[in-house]
Amino acid sequence: MLLSEVGYARPATVEQALELLAEHDGARALAGGQTLVNVMKARAASPDVLVDLNDIAELKGIELGSDGTLSIAPMTTYTELIASPEARARPILGEVCAQIADVQVRNRGTIGGNVCSSDPTNHLPPLMVAVGAEMTVTGEDGERIVPAAEFFLGVYMTAVGPGELLTRITIPAGRSDGFASVPIGRDGTCIVNAAASANGELRLALGCVGAVPELVQPSSGDAEAVKEAVRAANIQPPGDVHASSDYRRHLAEVVAARAAEQASRRAMK
Amino acid sequence: MDASSALPAVTSKTITVEINGTSYEREVDARRLLIHLIRDDLDLTGSHIGCDTGNCGACSVILDGTLVKSCMLLAIQADGASIETVEGLAEEDQLSVVQQAFSDHHALQCGYCTPGMLMSATALLRENPSPTDEEIARAIQGNICRCTGYWNIVKAIKAASGQEVSE
Repeated sequence: MLLSEVGYARPATVEQALELLAEHDGARALAGGQTLVNVMKARAASPDVLVDLNDIAELKGIELGSDGTLSIAPMTTYTELIASPEARARPILGEVCAQIADVQVRNRGTIGGNVCSSDPTNHLPPLMVAVGAEMTVTGEDGERIVPAAEFFLGVYMTAVGPGELLTRITIPAGRSDGFASVPIGRDGTCIVNAAASANGELRLALGCVGAVPELVQPSSGDAEAVKEAVRAANIQPPGDVHASSDYRRHLAEVVAARAAEQASRRAMK
Repeated sequence: MDASSALPAVTSKTITVEINGTSYEREVDARRLLIHLIRDDLDLTGSHIGCDTGNCGACSVILDGTLVKSCMLLAIQADGASIETVEGLAEEDQLSVVQQAFSDHHALQCGYCTPGMLMSATALLRENPSPTDEEIARAIQGNICRCTGYWNIVKAIKAASGQEVSE
């Protein structure tokens, strides 16, 4: 398909990328392109300039700190994360990335692209909220750190403002996590998903039920307690051809209980 | 900021790509998708466009050793890359092992998905020379076939790996 005319630049450093984003009002960062290129085909977005981040070495790679903290650069692809020995320090990350789409998409698609596109059906936004990730956002005036729970602002909107880039995702140590979803076909788009973390108090985040992940903190990992907490959150999920609002609300309880059960089981090991 | 030092954004560029061992130099618009460079500019029409939305996988090629869907990449992004397409699988008249296995096991009917299936199968077997049925199924998850029901494709890939398959 023919895209609308667009400018293109391929900076080698974050500094150059920020300059380009600041210089062109209609500029958009191009990460793996597995969402943005389709969005451009549909003319749902028509950026004036694409700032391709694929040559920026400082935006790639995963580091594991001595305290178990993971520092993930946003241009890390799903495939790289799945294969990363460092990322196994928090096993849920690779487990969830392996459920995203297909080989080709995982080879190009990036962790940063997944969170920055803030599509409510994406896998990583609820996971980032559940594990308590911190997002480093960099602009020309420097860096700021935004907790994942405050990072997702709306459908396709995040705390990364015009002229800014997500430059790092920091994930605390922990192994007791869970994830469950009802996808459209195996590894397909999620109808409802839930991520849970039982490292310390139980944190649960629901995806696909609103514009941004819904954080729920049940009193325990017991299935009834989790379902009760989801009911108390009074979510108003959208209805569509795949699931009515009521059915999605029901599924939210089911997948929340499954994710919490997996996290709690791992916490007991 | 010193604007004069900023990197320029371009709407077209002369790029060089190596495809199946041959080097090509072409001027491409920034908006041009890689699949259109391959099919329309270079006349390598083995790679197909099915859905043009990144779902069907008929446009799959191997870019610098990595399996990708060429409708989800800009041609300008492939500047300097080495690409393998379905045309590069056979040597002279000798089909590759995977291609021969597709023929032997009736792994295609209309053939539309076949170039993408072959590239996915080729990429899989390089990484995993002896895949299980489950691993094969997951490896072709990004390739949609509307004819075969996949059974014969899985069989062909398994046979290409040298494993026994039941008929």
